[in-house]
Amino acid sequence: MEKRTDKNSYTILFAIGMVLVVGSLLAFAASGLKERIDENKRIEKQQNILYAMGVNENEGKSMSFVSKDIIADEFSKYITSQLVVDTDGNSIENDQAYLIDIKKEQSAAKEGKQRKLPLFIGEKDGKTVYIAPIRGKGLWDAIWAYIAMDEDMVVQGAFFDHKGETAGLGSNINQRFFMDDFIGEHLMSNGSFKGIRVAKGNADPKNNDKTDNEVDAIAGATITGDGVSAMIKSELRLYVPFFKNLKN
Amino acid sequence: MGLLSKKDAALIKDPLLDNNPITIQVLGICSALAITAELEASIVMAISVLFVLGVGNVVISLMRNIIPSKIRIIVQLIVVATLVIIVDLVLKAFAYELSKTLSVFVGLIITNCIIMGRFEAFALANGPWKSFLDGIGNSFGYGLILIIVGFFRELLGSGTLLGIPVLGDPIEKTGLYAMGYENNGFMLLAPMALIVVGIIIWVQRSRNTALVEDH
Repeated sequence: MEKRTDKNSYTILFAIGMVLVVGSLLAFAASGLKERIDENKRIEKQQNILYAMGVNENEGKSMSFVSKDIIADEFSKYITSQLVVDTDGNSIENDQAYLIDIKKEQSAAKEGKQRKLPLFIGEKDGKTVYIAPIRGKGLWDAIWAYIAMDEDMVVQGAFFDHKGETAGLGSNINQRFFMDDFIGEHLMSNGSFKGIRVAKGNADPKNNDKTDNEVDAIAGATITGDGVSAMIKSELRLYVPFFKNLKN
Repeated sequence: MGLLSKKDAALIKDPLLDNNPITIQVLGICSALAITAELEASIVMAISVLFVLGVGNVVISLMRNIIPSKIRIIVQLIVVATLVIIVDLVLKAFAYELSKTLSVFVGLIITNCIIMGRFEAFALANGPWKSFLDGIGNSFGYGLILIIVGFFRELLGSGTLLGIPVLGDPIEKTGLYAMGYENNGFMLLAPMALIVVGIIIWVQRSRNTALVEDH
């Protein structure tokens, strides 16, 4: 005798029921938690921006961000203004600039729209830094960074992160041994923009030469490293007109 | 009488050695290769699979009499994907830091064939308690191999364990490096994970020849 669960009608009904249950369960969970998740992401962004400019709770070789409880105060204390820059170097102030979605801006720019480039001006110990958020592609998924520069486009601090790079290899771009290498590196070379290349075997693993536009790559993470180089090159280049205007 | 009957205890004990999911059942190899470059990642993955397989086995076992056999694989896939996504969402909302560490693994957990393999081979035919034990046992067996492989790959590949340098500093040339030792960068690549797993299989089968299959 055929089992009840082998019937086609039962199979179809079961499938429909399962889709409804699972679908509503997921939709319910996603929309119910959305507010909290968005808030967490906003706080993380502020922590990352401050981290890039050197406002963090690092001790020795450990890595930690400004704590969640004081982040709002610290952010308004250190970030003196937020700008939206265009690719001609003009800028307007906008105190919500850190909420600009870089991914959306990138796809809008592909359709020919003017890019809105967020830039944060921070001040720490009497020194002014300019922090630019950038976004690119790694091996599996998105990678992004916050790069703090001075007015000569010399890197003062960097924070990298990724969505899904290989654990233990590409995922190490968010570790200090990689990020700290960028500090002091020049983005310009002889007056023109060159970027910073993540280079394999560049014979400078201690990174003593800060003007070679290169940092040491992570072994086994070639494509993630190339993604970092490409992201810096294509995204930070857009800020060059702003820095040129700044000097004049 | 212990806490578990003999049969139940075997459900936990067997997958550790003689019926290990990776070395004997040859399931879950892909994730064993992908994430064992670091010990920490191996441990996180082992814990995640422990949770998903334990709970998933119970859910499938409870549903085993109502799942239509024609679409059972799809149903299993949906159960595990739903579980993983809900856990990921909850972590993102309440333990954001932890969720960042885990997010890399979410896709790998869903596609881990140990999970589908145990649903199909065990949970569909057994009660919830037995299925739970089977899930726990198999995740321990899986985690054990992951941690062994992760230990050797991180130690020999980067000279660190859990991110802490144990052999000295390769750039400053201290500790073992002062004597001319070099990290073997090859250990960080996926093929070496396969070779380490191969060595474990070799050791295991030469110690217990009953495991060797005749052809």
